Amino acid sequence: MDELLRDFVTETNESLDVVDVELVRFEQDPNNAKILANIFRLVHTIKGTCGFLNLPRLEALAHAAETLMGKFRDGLPATNDAVTLVLATIDRIKEILDSLERDQREPDGADADLIADLERMVERVGSSAAPAAPKKAVGTLAPQVLERPLRPGEDSLDDLERAFRETPVDPPVVKHAKPAPADAAKDDAAAKGGHQSIRVTVDTLENLMTMVSELVLTRNQLLEIVRRHQDSEFKTPLQRLSNVTAELQEGVMKTRMQPIGNAWQKLPRIVRDLSNELGKQIDLEMQGAETELDRQVLDLIKDPLTHMVRNSADHGLETPEQRRAAGKPEHGRIWLSAYHEGGYIIIQVADDGRGLDTARIKAKAVAQGLASEADIDKLSEAHIHKFIFTPGFSTAATITNVSGRGVGMDVVRNNIDQIGGTIDVKSVAGVGLSFTIKIPLTLAIVAALIVEAGGERFAIPQLSVIELVRARSNSEHRIERIKDTAVLRLRDKLLPLARLSELLGVGQAKDRDLTSGFIVVTQVGAQTFGIIVDSVFHTEEIVVKPMSSKLRHIAMFSGNTILGDGSVIMIIDPNGVAQALGSLVTSHLTAEAAAGSPVPAEQTTSLLVFRAGSSQLKAVPLSLITRLEEIDARKIELSNGRHMVQYRGTLMPLVSMNESVRVKGEGAQPLLVFTDGARSMALVVDEIVDIVEDRLDIQVASDNAGVLGSAIIKGQATEIIDVGHFLPLAFEDWFRRKDQRASTKPRSVLLVDDSPFFRNMLTPVLQAAGYEVTAVGSAQEALAILKEGRSFDVAVTDIEMPDMDGFEFALALRGDPRCAGLPVIALSSVVSAEAVERGRQVGFHDYVAKFDRQGLIAALKEQTAVGCAA
Amino acid sequence: MSSETHLKEYVTAMIGGQLFGLPILHVQDVFIPERLTRVPLAPPEIAGVLNLRGRIVTLIDMRGRLGLEARDGKRPVIAIGVESRGESYGLLIDSIGEVLKLDDAAREPNPINLDPRLARVSAGIHRLEGQLLMVVDVERVLDIDMMAIAA
Repeated sequence: MDELLRDFVTETNESLDVVDVELVRFEQDPNNAKILANIFRLVHTIKGTCGFLNLPRLEALAHAAETLMGKFRDGLPATNDAVTLVLATIDRIKEILDSLERDQREPDGADADLIADLERMVERVGSSAAPAAPKKAVGTLAPQVLERPLRPGEDSLDDLERAFRETPVDPPVVKHAKPAPADAAKDDAAAKGGHQSIRVTVDTLENLMTMVSELVLTRNQLLEIVRRHQDSEFKTPLQRLSNVTAELQEGVMKTRMQPIGNAWQKLPRIVRDLSNELGKQIDLEMQGAETELDRQVLDLIKDPLTHMVRNSADHGLETPEQRRAAGKPEHGRIWLSAYHEGGYIIIQVADDGRGLDTARIKAKAVAQGLASEADIDKLSEAHIHKFIFTPGFSTAATITNVSGRGVGMDVVRNNIDQIGGTIDVKSVAGVGLSFTIKIPLTLAIVAALIVEAGGERFAIPQLSVIELVRARSNSEHRIERIKDTAVLRLRDKLLPLARLSELLGVGQAKDRDLTSGFIVVTQVGAQTFGIIVDSVFHTEEIVVKPMSSKLRHIAMFSGNTILGDGSVIMIIDPNGVAQALGSLVTSHLTAEAAAGSPVPAEQTTSLLVFRAGSSQLKAVPLSLITRLEEIDARKIELSNGRHMVQYRGTLMPLVSMNESVRVKGEGAQPLLVFTDGARSMALVVDEIVDIVEDRLDIQVASDNAGVLGSAIIKGQATEIIDVGHFLPLAFEDWFRRKDQRASTKPRSVLLVDDSPFFRNMLTPVLQAAGYEVTAVGSAQEALAILKEGRSFDVAVTDIEMPDMDGFEFALALRGDPRCAGLPVIALSSVVSAEAVERGRQVGFHDYVAKFDRQGLIAALKEQTAVGCAA
Repeated sequence: MSSETHLKEYVTAMIGGQLFGLPILHVQDVFIPERLTRVPLAPPEIAGVLNLRGRIVTLIDMRGRLGLEARDGKRPVIAIGVESRGESYGLLIDSIGEVLKLDDAAREPNPINLDPRLARVSAGIHRLEGQLLMVVDVERVLDIDMMAIAA
């Protein structure tokens, strides 16, 4: 393309972006002459240049728009209609520019429609105003081209206006100016002396970056060589080279950096158009526009950001009426902010709209088979919100139109995944929604962990690695096997594990030893899992090179790189591993489901199936168990008539399931270990049979102590064990037990407890007592559920919770007319007279000791009966 | 030298006992592959990747690509470096031969009974003294259908 034309297209596009933003600002602040002057000048420059380059269509459009803006400047009101029209004209100009860039000529077509509209508007806004530039001036305005290279704020509007008014100028001047627009720019910049910059093509920078990457690689190679030769004379100069390379790398990276504001430029316009279209009042606030990031990254997040802002405006924010009704200011707000943190940039998109519709997402997730109905009730709200990132989640029209949210969020996440970033969502119903995006500053060079699996080396990007765990048979962190699935119990979480060599099909199958190796704990989005590798070498700054197009289809790799020793290794894509892991689990479950009875999608629980005392199968929810142990029977000691074993430095009591379970005298004794806080007890069983996923539907309640009832698990009648019965057998104060049978009326209970252990333990107990249980992990979540309009017969809440404790929760409930009548039962490990009194003041209906399970059921029975009568 | 315009230069290569010719314009270099990294989960035709003077080169096993029997592993291999769409490839062959100038007019179309796996990468046959030379269409060699292989 003609260089002049290319420069014109680039500069005009930039100017138009500015005009877009400024116009929206101007509309909000019509008295700001400075903004208008800026717009006027930019449009004027475009017009002038068009005439110069012989682009009649563009010129006519720019002229008509300019005329209208001239009216604004003369003090006529900038109406919404008028601004919309000018914006439409600018859009048309952009279209023409696009095809100009492609075909190097103006596209065919006429703009008579727009021009006519503009002229009509000029007349409408006031014929009394100063006369617009005469139409005939169109072709002869060329001399203004001299102003083309001017930077904003350089020329007074008066000068321009004078030039503009004194329209007839003799053409020779134009010709004279013609050959040297670039020189003019240079002189100009030199004259200004201050902010000097030059335009460099992206290709040049890319090339420079590639060369620097090569240099980094070569330096790494040299360092590797010198490492092998102890006292080399190269050491000092190499150190210097290394430093210079690092500085150079930083310098070149800097040239690739662009302020994130570039990606935001179009947003004010979009928000304005949307607010007009939707009849909403929206304020867009942007913070940290100057935050810089790699242009490659910038390109990739531009669309997702636009999409999210659009979503917020379109679906998140309510109409002014709705906002008024909800007691919010009529103006909805959307915030965009960006800042640096470590090697990452954090971008937040937030609004003060209605938030995500949790119920909708739940229904949708269940409908799509992403979770069962029972499971989804147990999921935290935050977890449910994450479903909006599931691929295909948004494609269905229902959620788009009705609840409105989640449109294309999977696409957004994909883009962010691509650049190794993460996205998180936080939503509070009725209050607002915020997305937090964390992305690396640059893609070209990343820190990676070099690992070995199956005799080959691989790089795992540091960004997704949370920690490294050394697995040993006798260490704290042990790989356990549940049937064919390896898991790691890390602190409170069960992590699924995958052996890298297995995922990649490398190395020998026979040496899959679970007692050694390293576990790279990795996080992708909300998913945390462990990748087992044979060994870990070190971390290295690696230069990411794209995979060959012939290998790009392998999801497990995101690229490859050359190490310091010159060999090529693959970079593992944690997203690919997460997917592979997901499909492994799914296929495992499908196989199970096919083998056993069909599992209804709505309700499954992971259960540990075992035998104890008889051939009758017994089961207990897996989530209650802390650990499965197999200990040498000779280590079991008898103390004070009870079986004990030394376990992690303390004595752990062993409890038999019933009289017929004998503690073994020799060999390996399987144990189920339950831990709460510092206490552990172990249940002695004969044999661990399996782990299954099935519905936990207790069909026959049991009178036997220690058995909740019977359920059909995988087609077999199985006794569901009441863990609560056995805990006090080990520690008398664990529970205090009363003999009381529960009511069977289906009443709904909202259970609030921050400890997953108690939630998991009480849920089946209450279910067995005939209650419908919704368990949440915090008072905030509980309030959010209640706000959604869900009603419960009774709420049971823990007292000691972080952020908002039980007392505050009760007060918040009393403060809300919808929930004021809800009976609240407090659970606490400390039952002091003082606490009971305080509880009465905030409105607790009953106060039960945390371990008094039967007391709780009695209290529930009483309160729901009251609720029923009321 | 009026016939000059019709002469094409070929780098000749032996693969599984058959003589092949690659248009010299396509050939960047010839190298002995060292420190080859196998790529797990890759199509069988891809022998691996290696670092050649700072570039990552994807190696294609010509025996695999042409459906010939696999190499016995003891013999040394050699690679012909080619470039396509900005990417570097190495074609693994058994041995390299001389450069031949052949008259394009003498190139004959593929015999209809040519093994389809050969036919799909062949741009014709030259009859030399005592043997046949198959002209390799490099672009078609590199046109590995990912989906078909992945499936």
